[in-house]
Amino acid sequence: MSDDHVYLALAEGHDDSDARWAFGTGFEDPLHGVDTEVPAGIDREELAACCLALGDDALVAAQRLAEWTTRAPELEEEVALANIGLDLLGQARLLYARAGHADGTGRGEDAYAYFRDAGDYRNVRLAELPNGDFAFSVVRLLVLSSWRLAHFERLTATADPVLAAVAVKGVKELAYHRQWAAEWAVRLGDGTEESHRRMRAALAAVTPYLDELFAAYDVRDDVLGVLGQVMDAAGLALPEAPPLPGSGRDGEHTEHLAPLLAELQSVARAHPEAAW
Amino acid sequence: MVTTLTDPRHARRIAAHVPDPEMPMLTLDELGVLRDVAIDADGTVVASLTPTYSGCPAMAEMRAEVAARLTAAGYPRVEVRTVLDPPWTTDWITPDGRRKLAEHGIAPPGPAPRTAPGPVPLVLSPTRREVPCPRCGSADTEETSRFGATSCKALWRCRACREPFEYVKEI
Repeated sequence: MSDDHVYLALAEGHDDSDARWAFGTGFEDPLHGVDTEVPAGIDREELAACCLALGDDALVAAQRLAEWTTRAPELEEEVALANIGLDLLGQARLLYARAGHADGTGRGEDAYAYFRDAGDYRNVRLAELPNGDFAFSVVRLLVLSSWRLAHFERLTATADPVLAAVAVKGVKELAYHRQWAAEWAVRLGDGTEESHRRMRAALAAVTPYLDELFAAYDVRDDVLGVLGQVMDAAGLALPEAPPLPGSGRDGEHTEHLAPLLAELQSVARAHPEAAW
Repeated sequence: MVTTLTDPRHARRIAAHVPDPEMPMLTLDELGVLRDVAIDADGTVVASLTPTYSGCPAMAEMRAEVAARLTAAGYPRVEVRTVLDPPWTTDWITPDGRRKLAEHGIAPPGPAPRTAPGPVPLVLSPTRREVPCPRCGSADTEETSRFGATSCKALWRCRACREPFEYVKEI
């Protein structure tokens, strides 16, 4: 090993059996070693669509959460937002890997995350909206995590063993995410006049996107029950709002997704053969 | 040598002693992420690891280190598998692991919440949780953030000795 230059030294000892030099190289498949056969009798197309939708929701939401880094009101909350994003990113990796088995292409996580355009993404539009103020991010996370938790609770009993295992693990994480968002929603809703006003504005902005969440995987009653509980404690109410036409689940997105992806994908697309 | 290389307990001891990359006072065994070490009929060592959290960035490092140490010990074929089910719980941190955490100023977790079937209830009223300060032992402590420097830890502080400390939160 050369001591002349630390990076040269790192690169020298590197072969496929030692992934430590770059912290992650050689770990391209988060489902490595898991029995990845898709059992007979499972609708592969439906499984792939489900994994893709949930993976895209998680990746896009994680990217927005990461944008709070260095911008959050307090260091502790910045750490919380980054941790929640990291959990979601982990879920996205597992779900993309499963999507690649189910759709028969065998594509890896990078193919899904970095080499699809906005029209190929299947996340709900709520996930891609810009962060807005802290109140908007809290309300959005409350809605997304409540929905995702309710949906994952059902998926723990799904026929595909890999998706079920991802869901069992995710439920524990999502319960922490929802708890964080719910506590902030109560604190802001029941806080000052200004924080209450901002929470009302955030709810008005988020409500039109609720139906899009419920359209494909309907856990409306569970989610509205939780939201109602939070609204009562926060002195707020869900406003009535007509649902927006269209759906991110069909690849119809707002103008905000493409710039988000451009940033997310810039390095991978500049160096398409790079290993991480 | 030939006999030890066919003994799965020998292989397990090697894998078990790998330190956790983020909490290096713990071994993978003490953290409870090493689920199984077996030797196949063809002599392949198969070590099974489970991630603590879905997004745990330390998994790659753990996997590489387990493979490297088993290979260095002379096993010709080594495979490290990921096990997702059943999911990791802090209940799997061993008594030795808990003691070492506390010795290093990290409060060990209490019992994980029981997961009843059906929806996870949302509890908005303050929940009382006794987390004694790992430095002075006082029970007069408070949570400052449920999320910390790694996925598995929360931030707390002691009102008696005024020291902040980390706490491995139950999951």
